Amino acid sequence: MSKNKKRNSSLSEYPSLSELNRREFLKTAVATGIIVVSSGCASQYAQNLTEQREAAATTIANEFMFAYISDSHLLARGKEHRFAKSLIKAVEDVNAMDPQPDFVFYGGDLAQLGLRDELSLGKEILAELKPKVYMMVGEHDWYYDMGEAWREFFGNPTYSFDYKGVHFIVLNSVIVEDYWTQSKMAPMERMLFMAQLDNPKGKPFTVGEEQRAWLSNDLATLRKDTPIVVFSHSPLYKYYKPWNFWTDDADEVQKLLSPFSAVTVIHGHTHQVLTNKIGNIIFHGLLSTAWPWPYAPQGIPKYTIQMDRADPFNQLDGTGWGKIDTLSNGNINMTYMPWTRNPLPVSYEKVVAITEPVHGPSY
Amino acid sequence: MKIIHSLFFILFVTLFLIINYGSDDRNVVNARDMAIQQPAEKSVQIVTACDGRKKVIAEGCYEGEVMPETKARQVAQLLMSLMEFCEDEITAKLPESESTIYVSVNGLPFERVRDIEELPLILVHGDKPHPERQQRIWKAEMDRLIAEGYELFHDPALGGNGVSCDMCHPDASNTHPETYPKYQTQTGKVALLRDMINWCIQNPLEGAVLADDDLRMKALETYIISTRSGKTLEPGKH
Repeated sequence: MSKNKKRNSSLSEYPSLSELNRREFLKTAVATGIIVVSSGCASQYAQNLTEQREAAATTIANEFMFAYISDSHLLARGKEHRFAKSLIKAVEDVNAMDPQPDFVFYGGDLAQLGLRDELSLGKEILAELKPKVYMMVGEHDWYYDMGEAWREFFGNPTYSFDYKGVHFIVLNSVIVEDYWTQSKMAPMERMLFMAQLDNPKGKPFTVGEEQRAWLSNDLATLRKDTPIVVFSHSPLYKYYKPWNFWTDDADEVQKLLSPFSAVTVIHGHTHQVLTNKIGNIIFHGLLSTAWPWPYAPQGIPKYTIQMDRADPFNQLDGTGWGKIDTLSNGNINMTYMPWTRNPLPVSYEKVVAITEPVHGPSY
Repeated sequence: MKIIHSLFFILFVTLFLIINYGSDDRNVVNARDMAIQQPAEKSVQIVTACDGRKKVIAEGCYEGEVMPETKARQVAQLLMSLMEFCEDEITAKLPESESTIYVSVNGLPFERVRDIEELPLILVHGDKPHPERQQRIWKAEMDRLIAEGYELFHDPALGGNGVSCDMCHPDASNTHPETYPKYQTQTGKVALLRDMINWCIQNPLEGAVLADDDLRMKALETYIISTRSGKTLEPGKH
């Protein structure tokens, strides 16, 4: 009970923030013409937006809020399947938000086995979202046809856009070295190999040289005080390699981001409340709508306020979605919205105040 | 080689003792593979094997006397069994009237065994490692069951909706088998690990429960428990 009270009081630190954002956002959006009217392909739109970057402000004129949904792992078994029901529930919850978020970010792994039917089901469910959606790719979306269907449905997986003075970057961080050509794996074999989190032969994720060069170029024209939010499916640091909670070239990517004063990385894949801080970069993991993952046996960042063990008898426990408030200084307040528990706010201030590891439940 | 050696050995021992039965030769006789020594005490005979490390003390056999045939066969059989344990210093005592055998391994106190068949029970649990061949067999059998469990744990076919155990439990994490049996608050009774396995098969996996003696259940339990090797058993822990 005391824990719940604590969470509620933390939440009340900024209860009317999003309401304020909404009003100010609308004003600014109309004035600057940034408002998103079309519900078409998010990433293509975003690519166009990158052309307008020079017009972006280096400090945020307005605070704003966006929502996230992630890791739905849909199977091609219709809307009655438990994972489809969960994604539909998240969509309904986001649509019921008042005020509405400025946009919704999807954190990857929409599909479980990368099948066209799975992605198509996901696209159909996400189309019900009232706000605009930005998509990111996960390994479960990619390794059946190497992203062919995903790109067809959602566009280029690597892009950036500016929104109200914040520079958003979306990466495909699930690139691994070729393990399928030499062993002549069929597409589904390749997918299943990748889909197994605890695969002892699994290959570590990377952003890769090509995207790092793109990122370097993308960042080149920005002022160092431009707030940056990077979306990556895998955590852009090294948490636990045996489960691929890991990006092998994370150090290089962090190096590219380190000159900037306000950098937040938001990632999917880990299905848990997860927070880290490396230098001045803050990392937030996202909840899955499908199932929660236990914390890894080692490597949990000390900044993480660990979620309690999920109740196996409650299908929705440990899963959910979340909302992200962008503050006027470009920093981020993350609020996890687990379906069966109180909202869990992880504010910027709370993260930077942590000096000792926060002890979590035993596993 | 070992079998051939043993066969020769029993042949020699048996022949020797049978030949001596009824003979008047009361001198110490050295055979190629064994020796009968004349003990200081007249009521025992000590028979030492060729490796010098195995001894059988036959009680009730007077120095220089020829052993009764049944006793001689018993001594020979016992010595041959002891020879299986090459590296050990073993002394066995055969009391005159009872069938019990007393065995001392590597200078440790004598322990009772009822017959020769029980010898390995004492002898494999000394400080020495188990014979390599035995260990290989045990490991291979364990690994086979673990591998079967691993396959099932990672296979959606165990259920009916495309979900598999490893989706929520990578490396069987968060299954904590060392805490079972325990009171499962959600069901209101004490559950075994297999009850929870079946719960997961029925609910998240939407599949059919396994019988307790189903080989798949045994394999799943084996895999899950094997991942927690070295953990303290804490039944009832939450």
